[in-house]
Amino acid sequence: MVIGVLALQGAVSEHVTLLQTLGATVRELREPQELAELDGLVLPGGESTTMRKLLDRVGMLTPLRKLVASGLPVFGTCAGMVLLAQPESLNALPATIQRNGFGRQRESFEAELAVTGFETLYHGVFIRAPYYSAVDPSVTVLATVNDDRIVAARYQHLLVTAFHPELTEDTRFHQLFLEMVTGK
Amino acid sequence: MTETGTTLVKRGMAQMQKGGVIMDVANVEQAKIAEAAGAVAVMALERVPSDIRAAGGVARMSDPAMIEAIMAAVSIPVMAKARIGHIAEARILEAIGVDYIDESEVLTPADDNYHIDKRDYTVPFVCGCRDLGEALRRIAEGASMLRTKGEPGTGNIVEAVRHMEKVNQDIAHVHAADDNQLVTLARDFRVPLDLLRDVHDTGKLPVVNFAAGGVATPADAALMMNLGADGIFVGSGIFKSDNPEKFAKAIVTATAHPTDYALIAEASKNLGAAMRGIELSTLSDDQKMSQRGI
Repeated sequence: MVIGVLALQGAVSEHVTLLQTLGATVRELREPQELAELDGLVLPGGESTTMRKLLDRVGMLTPLRKLVASGLPVFGTCAGMVLLAQPESLNALPATIQRNGFGRQRESFEAELAVTGFETLYHGVFIRAPYYSAVDPSVTVLATVNDDRIVAARYQHLLVTAFHPELTEDTRFHQLFLEMVTGK
Repeated sequence: MTETGTTLVKRGMAQMQKGGVIMDVANVEQAKIAEAAGAVAVMALERVPSDIRAAGGVARMSDPAMIEAIMAAVSIPVMAKARIGHIAEARILEAIGVDYIDESEVLTPADDNYHIDKRDYTVPFVCGCRDLGEALRRIAEGASMLRTKGEPGTGNIVEAVRHMEKVNQDIAHVHAADDNQLVTLARDFRVPLDLLRDVHDTGKLPVVNFAAGGVATPADAALMMNLGADGIFVGSGIFKSDNPEKFAKAIVTATAHPTDYALIAEASKNLGAAMRGIELSTLSDDQKMSQRGI
């Protein structure tokens, strides 16, 4: 099982370490030809504007858009959640994105979340985090903040979180993603 | 239930900047150029380091109105500098909501003895370091991110190289040391034992460490990334070059792809002149910003 982690910018090594701990083989992705023969893809946290520009600059945006549309399982955290929903980026998840929706860095926070399918609360780390303010009815909402801000969701082969599971030792979201990859 | 200003969100913010370029900008127009080029953040300050050198006098925190105008103009994070030890400047920057405060030796130090106690601020801080001792002292004071000091405003990479190599050598030394040497090493480095023990156990710093102070070309950025920098600060290097847009874009490309030399070569073609630069032996010790706040 080979999981690609987009490695143009952001919290790449944190995802790589976590995925390896869970037994996945990981490939860091920096150019279009590295997109071949993946079983799953992680879009890490970072600056979504920077990532989109770098994707475009190395000719990865169009191939990546095709790959995501082809049904490859994708896990997007924070910037990844933004890229998946933005029409000008990957345009794969029908949702309205609010970039930096919770405010600037001084409003960044940690919070306990009730997540659909998890037996106990999940500790979310939100850094200049986005949220979805609206989603298509076909999107499954997994967690919200203040009842109406969607911060975790699942749609077909896509999993997104507005927070950063890669900054904690709780592996439940990565495990969920790997289960999506193996089709359990 | 929800908690702001935690160590995890402050350090995590810097982790999200890894592999990116943070650019000094002096006005809204420059900030927009930086964002369009792919900067992960901008540092708002009225004069870039080379102009501070040229102007002389006392260099202070920038006008809050100028910083706020930049915050309103771009969607990427905005950082700003406070003088070393100047708790009031830092609180003012926190009040206007900058995303990161650089307690910076580029400005004239306000306190000869103490850095800011950065632990109880909601906004995170980045500080400069030349070796592991400085790095861990700044972390003990609450810094959530580090950068090399280099020699700001010179366009000369040699000091940043020296500082990155020294930090990494020090880490390797501590990592390889016997457990019973740690108390003595903590005394020699003048750092808290618990932080030194953490470096001993993990073989790395607990926060990210960017390169800063002298980066003038895409190749300089690639060099620092290859020496182990987590990302790059560019001060005077972009807006003191002939073609800021192209320089900014090329430095972003080189930082994201530091070992793809064909790509960096392509990005480096026909950039025009880099900033002129200063040979360090022509600077006297009191002209060196890196000697401030150790």
